[in-house]
Amino acid sequence: MLETLRTTEAAGQLRFRDPAKAKELAQALDKVTADVGRAPVSVMHVCGSHEQSIAKFGLRSILPKTLNVIMGPGCPVCVTDVPEVDEAVVLAQDGLRIATYGDMLKVPGTALSLADAQSHGAHIDVVYSAAEAVELARDTTDEVVFFASGFETTAVATAAVVLAEPPANFSVLSAHKYIPPVMEIVAEMPGTKVEGFLAAGHAATITGSAIFDRFVDRHHIPVVVAGFEPLDILAGLVKLVELVRDGTPRVENMYPRCVTPLGNRNAQQQLWRVFRTVGGMWRGIAHVPNGNLRLRDEFARVDTRKKFRIDVKRLWNNAPSTLTQLCMCGDIMAGIASPSHCSLFGKECTPDNPVGACMVSSEGTCRIWHQYGGHPDL
Amino acid sequence: MSVTLKPGTSGLIGRDEIVTLKHGAGGRAMRTLIQETLAAGFLDAPASGIGLAAMDDGAALKLGDRWLVVTTDSHVVHPVFFPGGDIGRLAIAGTVNDLAMMGATEPAGLTCAVILEEGFRRSDLERIQRSMLDTCREAGVTVITGDTKVMGRGELDGIVINTTGVALTDRVVPDSGLLPGDRIIVTGTIGDHGIALMARRHAIAFDAPLESDVAPINALIRAALAAAPGEVTAMKDPTRGGVASALHEMAEKSGVEIVIEEPAVPVHPVVRSAAEMLGLDPFHIANEGKALIGVRPASAERVLAALRAHPRGSEAAIIGTVSDAHAGRVVLDTGLGRRLLAEPEGEPLPRIC
Repeated sequence: MLETLRTTEAAGQLRFRDPAKAKELAQALDKVTADVGRAPVSVMHVCGSHEQSIAKFGLRSILPKTLNVIMGPGCPVCVTDVPEVDEAVVLAQDGLRIATYGDMLKVPGTALSLADAQSHGAHIDVVYSAAEAVELARDTTDEVVFFASGFETTAVATAAVVLAEPPANFSVLSAHKYIPPVMEIVAEMPGTKVEGFLAAGHAATITGSAIFDRFVDRHHIPVVVAGFEPLDILAGLVKLVELVRDGTPRVENMYPRCVTPLGNRNAQQQLWRVFRTVGGMWRGIAHVPNGNLRLRDEFARVDTRKKFRIDVKRLWNNAPSTLTQLCMCGDIMAGIASPSHCSLFGKECTPDNPVGACMVSSEGTCRIWHQYGGHPDL
Repeated sequence: MSVTLKPGTSGLIGRDEIVTLKHGAGGRAMRTLIQETLAAGFLDAPASGIGLAAMDDGAALKLGDRWLVVTTDSHVVHPVFFPGGDIGRLAIAGTVNDLAMMGATEPAGLTCAVILEEGFRRSDLERIQRSMLDTCREAGVTVITGDTKVMGRGELDGIVINTTGVALTDRVVPDSGLLPGDRIIVTGTIGDHGIALMARRHAIAFDAPLESDVAPINALIRAALAAAPGEVTAMKDPTRGGVASALHEMAEKSGVEIVIEEPAVPVHPVVRSAAEMLGLDPFHIANEGKALIGVRPASAERVLAALRAHPRGSEAAIIGTVSDAHAGRVVLDTGLGRRLLAEPEGEPLPRIC
């Protein structure tokens, strides 16, 4: 038994889904956006969970038409790069059991996704937590590789199992990503239109909101930390556009029920004890200095990349992909381009056969455009 | 120590050239595969009836002045025994319900074909059989013929059960008959079956009991049809693919738009919490004892009252309205805003973000 769900939690959430309060906030957002005095105002969220909530609750239909809320480098799953998926696919083909989160299955590699590898007979276990992957390893003599993805929040959970003496047949193939550096990339992108960032509340519970102070000092772009319930997002947007309107860039914490300025020190210690940052490609975006989390050398025993020699080149011989070079996700995420500007959109790149990050995730900009034909007037 | 792995299998096959689990998830991929392969050449409807071309829950053949409704379903489920039911109950209820969805609520008989894996426990088989017998009694039907095969170890996963049902009815209700103005009724809470199974598979415990809703609902449907004769325009049971897939099929085949009021949709609190935690949408989760019913607006309250008077329909609710705005579109009004209700692609999987 891994988890006991408390059904009272659902009732608690309803407080942050009150339609009457949402309407008030939507009106406030209309007003403050109009007060900026120019259109459109472009802000970016950097978390798939924000887009998930915006889409799930239909919030786009009540946002001001002159407020452009751009989906940023979004969910960690989408930005998992092709070679990282290839590593997992190769290991799966070689008969290792791959334990991973459900949404990693569809992320395309050079030739195959893990779901494709599974269709060809590979043994893929969908797990719900790092702890479940360890349980899996304890129950078998097979080699179990935990293909771990997620931002710093999820990486803490991986760090915890690495520190808890996992069995010898367990190792971690880390595709974990670290959010703060990619905000620098977006801010520095030539022609970027992003005037403010909505930062991910759950990542900030670990890192603390003060981590964004340096970013604001350097780029003079406001950052608002927001939670994921509809009222959290709307209140976060109101605060963010206020800061844009007033020309007073600073960090505001609109998720104080979970986030403190300094964050969770214990979790940070665990995270940095196990992981170090290295530079690496984020799919469709850019090479992000210090954007990837890799296991430190002292944990080589549980590091899949140290434990096995992974020959991803054989996949490249099969189907070298040049499509990813044509993908415009980076520009789309920076608010410079729309999906309709991309030559792959709807042709080589579809929800069934996604090329870039924005088509992989069910909440990605391209995916939503493809499915709904842009943002239909509902 | 570094270990060099042996090269993997060569000869990669394109992802469109083999069948994948996505094709079995009850959504668009499955319908396309069936239309392009299995149903090709069989798509001509029989004279005055509903055939394969309709891709409905079953077929209907004119027999004198009545209709013979036929439906078949193969059942696989993991685990075989799950909270609230087992594969035996599922196999009986699934086929009885498919008949009922066509308006045939008094099944004349069922066939039952069982394929077993070598090594399957006899006691488990007996337990499944008792469950089938109980479910048959509940539905007022019996098994009239069958077939049994045993395959080698590893050649299938435990047990597969196919059931076929036949029934006579005076009026066939298709899944394509929705008319602008119709109201949409769901007969109870959604997502119970899929979440109960997923929780068992992932060893997630709840602080409140959650069981699959698997049950024969032909008596419930009979009550609804009797409450407003001729007024029910379409029915579908939201099994694989959940309520979202079923609504899409109904909207597309009927050439109408459906607007669903999310706050009106009954969802068990445990299902809501679990779906939230697992990153799943209750609209995408399978049900095995629920129906979506389209009914003329003037009769909606009467049908609702009849459903609520039945123990299996006590949580029934009017959840939506049909219009001619955009054919094939399903819109969800969340109470906060509006969005399109997407169909699930592939098997719903727990996600992290």
